[in-house]
Amino acid sequence: MIQPKHQDEKKPFPWHLIVFLTPALLIYGTFSVYPLLDTLFLSLFGTQQGQSTFVGLQNFITLVTDDNWSQAFWNALINNFKFFAIHMLIQNPIGLLLAVLLSSPKLRLSGTYRTLIFMPTMLSVVIIGFVWQLLLSPIWGISENFLYSIGLGHYFDAWLGKEGSALITLSFISVWQFVGIPMMLIYATLLNIPDDIVDAGVVDGANPLQTFWYIKLPLILPTIAMVSILTFVANFNAFELIYAVKGALAGPNFSTDLMGTFFYRTFFGFQLQQGSASMGAAVATLMFLIILVGVMLFLFFIQRRIQRFQF
Amino acid sequence: MLNAHSILSVSKYALATAVVLGSASMTHAAGTLNIESWRSDDANIWSDVIIPAFNKSHPDTKVNFTPTPPTQYNSALQAKLQAGTAGDLITCRPFDTSLTLYSNGYLDKLNDLKGLSEFSSVAKSAWVTDDGKNQFCLPMASVIHGFIYNKEIFKELNLSVPKTQGEFFKVLDTIKSESRYTPLVMGTADQWESATMGFQNIGPNYWKGEAGRKALLEGKAKLTDKPYVDTWKELAKWKPYLGRGFEAQKYSDSQNLFTLGRGAIYPAGSWDIQTFNNQADFEFGAFPPLVAKSGDTCYISDHTDIGIGINASSKNKAAARELLNWMASQEFAELFANAVPGFFPLSNHKISIKDPVAQEFISWRDDCESTIRNSYQILSRGTPNLENQLWNVSAQVINGTMTPKAAAEETQKGLEQWYAPQQ
Repeated sequence: MIQPKHQDEKKPFPWHLIVFLTPALLIYGTFSVYPLLDTLFLSLFGTQQGQSTFVGLQNFITLVTDDNWSQAFWNALINNFKFFAIHMLIQNPIGLLLAVLLSSPKLRLSGTYRTLIFMPTMLSVVIIGFVWQLLLSPIWGISENFLYSIGLGHYFDAWLGKEGSALITLSFISVWQFVGIPMMLIYATLLNIPDDIVDAGVVDGANPLQTFWYIKLPLILPTIAMVSILTFVANFNAFELIYAVKGALAGPNFSTDLMGTFFYRTFFGFQLQQGSASMGAAVATLMFLIILVGVMLFLFFIQRRIQRFQF
Repeated sequence: MLNAHSILSVSKYALATAVVLGSASMTHAAGTLNIESWRSDDANIWSDVIIPAFNKSHPDTKVNFTPTPPTQYNSALQAKLQAGTAGDLITCRPFDTSLTLYSNGYLDKLNDLKGLSEFSSVAKSAWVTDDGKNQFCLPMASVIHGFIYNKEIFKELNLSVPKTQGEFFKVLDTIKSESRYTPLVMGTADQWESATMGFQNIGPNYWKGEAGRKALLEGKAKLTDKPYVDTWKELAKWKPYLGRGFEAQKYSDSQNLFTLGRGAIYPAGSWDIQTFNNQADFEFGAFPPLVAKSGDTCYISDHTDIGIGINASSKNKAAARELLNWMASQEFAELFANAVPGFFPLSNHKISIKDPVAQEFISWRDDCESTIRNSYQILSRGTPNLENQLWNVSAQVINGTMTPKAAAEETQKGLEQWYAPQQ
């Protein structure tokens, strides 16, 4: 019997792994993991006259039960779900539609369209907010005249200023800005579908609609799922557009308040309201948990069932 | 290899430069003062007028005015102070914002500052501890509320300046029915105008200035009392005179509408004078918030708005104190009042203002009783925050989505939750 010699021999310690991983781990740890853990930790403290004391879960209890806080919190959360719903129902279907249109070989100037539609995504939110406020302004805006010229003038209103329409209007602005992202991601996946699969379908007598429903859509489902999760995370972290257009008090009557603006007011304070780092950290922790739970539900119930195809 | 080498040498060079620059700025720091401020509009005035005047008597001190936009000032300043990168002099917001900075040790005590003797105790009240013992900012300027009107439109429509509330609404009616001008130029999109230019502007006439403000502080009056409900009732009457789509009209929109001559009367803070001087090519005047019937005592909101204090971790406190003492002088008061018309010095010096509209505003101090905004001292300390509530409910009252009574009840309920004298 020959004893395999190398089994006794110790493998050399994989130093190269450590050398290659350390820089990234250090940066990730310092700038991402540590602040996150510190935020979670901070949310367990209360501040009284500059002295911070450990209060356990008191901040969270206050946040969801105390009338002063819970009203604002639930309002922001519900608004945030509306904001997300509008993105899911409008942004992503439009993104899908645009991607399908763009990938059509018959379309001319598709590169130009692609660039133009993607352009707003690259602009600063402050510019987007400013431009749309001007467009929709009842004083200087062109949207009123535009509506009159197509016979819909009497539907015009100060949408950004009315409690009932402000959040929806802001969601539409955000949809307009970010529709390029689902479009580009889905477009890239569509380009990856091999022509022979589509050709086989056509030979079997599938019309264009059937090709889309039975061949292309199943193949881009994983991308649509990914787009949904990106939308979810981005929407629950949304802040800039509301802040740029409506300010941190997210008026009228907090109808445009999202978790982000609620966090900003709590953490940094606003006008005469003093900021509270620990309460702000509690809001941030809840935002983190909401996103975490959302992403996990998604992974368990949807992502696992999606089949991937290798070509 | 070559690449790596050249990158290395570049970074070496950069490092050397950084070290040289760093040490250079260190040596200069001895005579440099940086001022933190939210008054970005005043940057030119500081660099062209105030700092040169100061340097005439103090040639060795270099002063930099480094403003942050007003809406970000509080949070930016807080972050800078915590990080230790804030300037030597801190422009102080009135009341609690600065009081917190002081009690957290970010601002120096100024009790022994010579210049403070030039100010009345009312002027100093916005930057003193609750027990009145420690002063932490030098009062710099106040702002006065009133209405600014377009003189040309008034002439065209043959209107005279209103003296009572009845006349005021008559004037508004005339403008509305006889011209295409917007009678009252204000929007509710930013919310604060409704509270500041609306509620705090016309309110003192209802709650009798300081008397009403103190009564609220002592718990002897409630926000559901008649004066407050009446203030909101008058605000609710403004709605038909505001421009179309005022719900989405922002502060800058209002300023532009007025300076373009499309509106007649603008509920103003005196700080607007500067903007209007620069942008309006017509003559404009001002009148104070109106009393119920002529002969009534008038009250104005003469709000302590700007103070200036010393960063406790400044390396240059001696120079900072010299600058503060100079800012308490007659010379500074005259320079400032004339350079920044609409911000009125709080020191006791008699000064003359060349700007006619600013002079009009300050002249009300002789005829009317002064008060400050009632939500600023102590009352905005708790949760819910009274000032934020006032923004929200006043905007809603003007929008017509909330009744004056409901506004009063909501704010009073908020106050009762945490403020002992009101419980």
